[in-house]
Amino acid sequence: MTGRTAIASRGAARKERAERERGQFLFSRWHLILIPVAAVMLIPMVWMLVTSVQTLNETRHFPPDLLPHTVRLRNYTDVLRQAPFARWFVNTVIVTVVSVAGNLLFCSLAGYAFARIKFFGREIVFLAILATLMIPFQVVMIPTFIIVKDLGMINTLGALIVPNLAGAFGIFLLRQFFRTLPVELEEAARIDGASRLSVLFKIILPLSGPALATLAVITFLWTWNDFLWPLITISSANNMTLQLGLTTFQGTHQTSTNLLMAANVMSMLPVLLLFFLAQRYFIRGIATSGLKG
Amino acid sequence: MADVAFENVSKEFTGGTRAVDDLTLDIPDGEFLILVGPSGCGKTTALRLIAGLEKPTAGTIRIGADMVNGISPRDRDIAMVFQNYALYPHMTVWRNLAFGLKERRTPKREIDRRVGEISSILGLDELLKRRPAQLSGGQRQRVAMGRALVREPKAFLLDEPLSNLDAKLRVQMRAELKRLHQRLRITTVYVTHDQVEAMTLADRIVVMSGGKALQVGAPQEVYRRPDSLFVAGFIGSPAMNLLRGRADGSRVVAGDLAFSRPGGVPGGDVVVGIRPESLAPAADGRPSAELEVDLVEPLGEATLVHGTVAGTAVESGAEEEKEILTPRGARAQVTAIFAAADQPAPGDRVRVGVAPDRIYLFDLATGAAIW
Repeated sequence: MTGRTAIASRGAARKERAERERGQFLFSRWHLILIPVAAVMLIPMVWMLVTSVQTLNETRHFPPDLLPHTVRLRNYTDVLRQAPFARWFVNTVIVTVVSVAGNLLFCSLAGYAFARIKFFGREIVFLAILATLMIPFQVVMIPTFIIVKDLGMINTLGALIVPNLAGAFGIFLLRQFFRTLPVELEEAARIDGASRLSVLFKIILPLSGPALATLAVITFLWTWNDFLWPLITISSANNMTLQLGLTTFQGTHQTSTNLLMAANVMSMLPVLLLFFLAQRYFIRGIATSGLKG
Repeated sequence: MADVAFENVSKEFTGGTRAVDDLTLDIPDGEFLILVGPSGCGKTTALRLIAGLEKPTAGTIRIGADMVNGISPRDRDIAMVFQNYALYPHMTVWRNLAFGLKERRTPKREIDRRVGEISSILGLDELLKRRPAQLSGGQRQRVAMGRALVREPKAFLLDEPLSNLDAKLRVQMRAELKRLHQRLRITTVYVTHDQVEAMTLADRIVVMSGGKALQVGAPQEVYRRPDSLFVAGFIGSPAMNLLRGRADGSRVVAGDLAFSRPGGVPGGDVVVGIRPESLAPAADGRPSAELEVDLVEPLGEATLVHGTVAGTAVESGAEEEKEILTPRGARAQVTAIFAAADQPAPGDRVRVGVAPDRIYLFDLATGAAIW
């Protein structure tokens, strides 16, 4: 870069930054709607956070206090002491990480086959897979349970992982993305001597970062927050995930709301962190799928 | 390096489109062969058949001694340059060049040597660390050629490699390609719809239409002795002027152009073909016609003169020759190339003549050349 263009581009960058900063303080009409909506969305979060540092008695106050009188951080240590919270956390991480990895791998393979390889019955099979997206989980819950039981995996982490290693949504998402990549790239690679698998792993996947990230983020969220399936397959406290474990704070006669909320805050942290890091992939995933995010 | 051969090859796509129709063609080792024709003539499909990206529905394709019909692209040891280059966007130039060698498990030192060699031949040394997005069109084109050549393939396939370049770069790269081929002597099959590229680059050209090879020959030969009306109309720029005429055994009349042929002409409806460069202001007793000039395009050394003559123009189409009546009644649009000194003005009426041996005759019904 010559000296003059360097200065010019630095000047342009400064101007652009100044404009952006000015823009931040501009109040647009949209803020009249966005601020109240954001506030409404935030109230449960704040309430949860406040409750998590209150005493049990304070939590029963009505109307609820949104400003804490005390800050009882002992709730958090109590959670860790009273329940195998760390164990649940590790279980959830294992289930989530393996499910995400499985989805990335198997949905890539299937998505690529549906996108590029011609085989008999391809369209029919693909439509059948798509159709499963329209069947609510509650319908297939019992059959899946029976299969998992026959595999001898009830009450193990395997029950949570194996049925979720690949999904119709992931196959669909990746197939759609792979189809947008220029076919010539693959043809060039095949002429260069790459096998189908080489083409997928060395050419297609490195170019599919956005789609893979979207799938990873969405699978993470689904798996992390899943409650119903762990509820019916896991019975021993040792194999519970966070979402299931949290319910143990809700007793039949008494609920330790403050401890429940402290546990909740901790279980939400990874999701919040992920959301901040990967916001645009959430939005893209929800936009492309039109499904729950 | 190897020769490539088509033996009665046909390719029919699902849906019944016959892209290549009973093509038989021998491409000797080291030849630069160009497949040329209008879009949809089957030339790209023919190329993809050699590459193995399409499977023939009939016939045999050979590379060297091997019949390759059932062999996958990766095992054919050919290289291809795509129209849009198809460089791997996530790899540096170096990795783009080395990809094929790595996939074939070439030893590291050999990869370094060959990539180094090809990048210096193509002048890519400075660009090896860049990614395709950081390259200009000409540079990408060079990388695409390098990626193909670095493997020292049996045959080198190019699918309209220059069509995405601007005019100046295209001429430059065209010369470079020819130089490269003279140096490396790899069997090359090159697809283009640009007949200037075909004329300038090829050892032999194949004019294709409707999936068939209409004429195969050296560029000059195809230019001088087109077998058919289609080839005559396709090769040459500006295109050959084609007028409807009538032969009565010895004389041929087309509008106010009349001439006879020493060997005689079978009677019937004919098409008279005259290349623009064969037309000149008439001063002698050569066959001539009156040209009413309507547009003049000076090119510097020569001048393109467009105008009309009495008669009916014929357009050579892919399937059948159809008559085109020009808007101004029974006058036919023609183009001539004059020397700059002879430049007329629009509206002028000029007598243009042509040497009798530079007039082509074709049968109107079949399009076949009459010699």
